Amino acid sequence: MSTTFWIIVAGAVMTYLTRVGGHLVLSRFERIHPRVEAGLNAVPAAVLTTLVAPAAMEGGIPEIAALATGVVVSYAVGGMMPMFLTSAAVLILLRHLLG
Amino acid sequence: MSADSYAEESPASEFWSGARASLPVVVAAMPFGLLFGALAIDNGFTVFEAIFMSATIYAGASQMVGIDLFGTRVAPWLIVLSIFAVNFRHVLYSATIGRHLSHWGPMQQAIGFFFLVDPQFAEAERRREYGTLSFAWYMGMGLPIYLFWVVEAWLGALFGRLIPDPHAIGLDFLLPIYFTGLVMGFRKRPLWLPVVVVSAIASIVAYRFVGSPWHVSLGALAGILLGALMVPTVKKDTPR
Repeated sequence: MSTTFWIIVAGAVMTYLTRVGGHLVLSRFERIHPRVEAGLNAVPAAVLTTLVAPAAMEGGIPEIAALATGVVVSYAVGGMMPMFLTSAAVLILLRHLLG
Repeated sequence: MSADSYAEESPASEFWSGARASLPVVVAAMPFGLLFGALAIDNGFTVFEAIFMSATIYAGASQMVGIDLFGTRVAPWLIVLSIFAVNFRHVLYSATIGRHLSHWGPMQQAIGFFFLVDPQFAEAERRREYGTLSFAWYMGMGLPIYLFWVVEAWLGALFGRLIPDPHAIGLDFLLPIYFTGLVMGFRKRPLWLPVVVVSAIASIVAYRFVGSPWHVSLGALAGILLGALMVPTVKKDTPR
């Protein structure tokens, strides 16, 4: 097998370790400190935000407008699909108008 | 989708409910799955290696970083380390969602963690807020995303040259939009806005001065610390 193959295997093992590791470490503790608990409850908002923020910062008017629309629709309507579709529509429309 | 309809469903309806939640993910990830296959071939992968990477690593951003480094001929261990660095955020996902999987068997847990990609984590976290997070629902969401991802690597590897300009039809920005929707889904949690603002600022600063992928871990750390330090911790369900 090629070097590439073994790099992929090693990468897959490391990736699986990250996905199972947090749980394995945490489940060794009988009691989870309330502060740890509170920190973990902040994980979704904290991590997902970092996946968007740099892209939003580097975006132009269509990108910013699309995300802003998505935020407003989330507040007003709720649910993923309405937000996702309107936001994508604004993005495509503005890119065609301004591009 | 109302909150009260979540309780006590049959495994089949749970599975389909999960599959419905996978739909926007499948759409948003599709261009990246195809792009990965095309780029992998450009960087000297065989079609088998491209499919094999998507099927075993199953983490888009780290796969892109991986094939990018193959083109530069850096040492193999450095490529593996980079993949690990990009995927380090999964440790946090694992610790967070793992608290709510104790009713799953060991094998179900071992399988479930393999599928713990960003949207899978976020939707599962939301799901468990409304009741029990079933293995059927989890796999109903995970399997379509996974199968499409692997098939896309194959199609991208074979037909990469045929991919239209993704910018014109907005494909390159669908994931940030989807992730924004996921962030919004957690807006009822304590300190949500401060956590989002602090994580955003910290990740942008880290992106500028430290570089990718560290902006993810550093930005998230700032938001998590804020949550840990500021949230009132006297709760009824916390054993003391």
